[in-house]
Amino acid sequence: MIPEATFKIWRTHPGGGGTFQSFRTKVSEGMVVLDVVHRIQAEQAPDLAVRWNCKAGKCGSCSAEINGNPRLMCMTRLSELNLWEPVTVEPMRTFPPIKDLVTDVSWNFRVKKGIAKFAPRPADAPDGTWRMAQRDIDRVQEFRKCIECFLCQDVCHVLRDHAKHEEFIGPRVLTYAAALEMHPLDTADRIPAMKAQHGIGYCNITKCCTKVCPEHIRITDNAIIPLKERVVSRYYDPVTRLLRVFKS
Amino acid sequence: MDVIPVTITSRGLGSTARRDVWWATPLAIFVGLSLFIVYATWAAFQNAHYTYGPYLSPFYSPELFGDSPHAWLGPKPAWIPAWVPFSPALLILPFPGLFRVTCYYYRGAYYKSFWADPPACAVGEPRGSYWGEGSFPLVLQNVHRYFMWIAVGFLFILTYDVWLALWFTDAATGATRFGIGLGTILLAVNVVLLTGYTLGCHVMRHIVGGAHDEVSKHPVCDRAYACSSALNARHQLYAWLSLFSVAFADVYVRLCSMGIWTDLRIL
Repeated sequence: MIPEATFKIWRTHPGGGGTFQSFRTKVSEGMVVLDVVHRIQAEQAPDLAVRWNCKAGKCGSCSAEINGNPRLMCMTRLSELNLWEPVTVEPMRTFPPIKDLVTDVSWNFRVKKGIAKFAPRPADAPDGTWRMAQRDIDRVQEFRKCIECFLCQDVCHVLRDHAKHEEFIGPRVLTYAAALEMHPLDTADRIPAMKAQHGIGYCNITKCCTKVCPEHIRITDNAIIPLKERVVSRYYDPVTRLLRVFKS
Repeated sequence: MDVIPVTITSRGLGSTARRDVWWATPLAIFVGLSLFIVYATWAAFQNAHYTYGPYLSPFYSPELFGDSPHAWLGPKPAWIPAWVPFSPALLILPFPGLFRVTCYYYRGAYYKSFWADPPACAVGEPRGSYWGEGSFPLVLQNVHRYFMWIAVGFLFILTYDVWLALWFTDAATGATRFGIGLGTILLAVNVVLLTGYTLGCHVMRHIVGGAHDEVSKHPVCDRAYACSSALNARHQLYAWLSLFSVAFADVYVRLCSMGIWTDLRIL
């Protein structure tokens, strides 16, 4: 590994907007991008803002765009990057900047509140407990791995390029909704809201959310498409609708 | 929904900070799908060289009307006007074709490769407007489940074709006897790959068990869901392999029929 490398880090201006600032710094074996940002912060730019917490890929705080790819800074090893060229580090472009690498992701939490809450059926046993098959709960357990880094929201072109924030809740919140909707104990019906308010029809299955997920959740295949299929059964499939009429 | 305005950086087609060859995959998909569409269209209009001995090209199966011994209902009916281009393939190819066009995998692939929507992840798009699949015309993609059922019917027909491809007629005596040729194997492999693709389809996965929150309470659905999910994990792979196999099976039958290739008899 080369002893020094150049990093171009996005710096916001007090009046708005921002530019890249170049830093030349020492690098060594085993370092990740967050280590570099911390070194630059310690040695060259003490006012450089970066959000981080666990440094282990589990808190979802240090999301950024490294060489244009949405990644966690703490999980991007320098050995994966071409250090002969300057490495760019930018904030997530889908969210409003606060300072330097820090963005305001509060929209995600507000949208999440719009999803109908978990509504379990009455308890299965007199002691107030429920019984579930492991494989039924395994299905939604995958979604519980989400660390809310919002890289999937960042890369989703419906939000990133088309700013459909008022009509589309994005892959992270769809995954949250899927975890509740497919839960074996849950009784709430979120399908009408998925179609009408949450804009699931906007997803055109680019699978970018799945590609950037640091927890390797199959967001598109296991959460979004199954929800889309439930919407299809409810609203677009005349045979299923007819069967439902007979059943009821 | 309470939303704060988001500052969108002005972007255009292909604008990105990505350094990798992000255009390679969409370009490869564009070339691969284009080659298939051009070849399949050309082959469908040929109306010739689609059978060889017991083999029938999958592009022409089922042969509803036609001149070969594989035809179910005899030659081209008189009520089809002479000026209408006719080929047995034109009667049936739209169905598996639309199954693929509306497939979730292919949708994502061709939206990127043919429509740049987006060209690749975190790469700028050429258009500012976006309707998604909730509005016309893309809302019609929801018809996918009906084409899936038709595709399942095709699997049975193609399996029957493999059975027929095991029985060779001796040109000298006219007797029929069991045999296996390279064509038989190609048709069989094609059916296996198409089965892997169809049964791993997202709609199939939903219908056989995914619609249930407690699939474990439905033992048959539970098993079927597990199998479909296993195939679904490799849906992209099966989509491409089966696309290649169906085209290559046609090429093989065509070239054997034209006398350019000789069928290799194994048994």
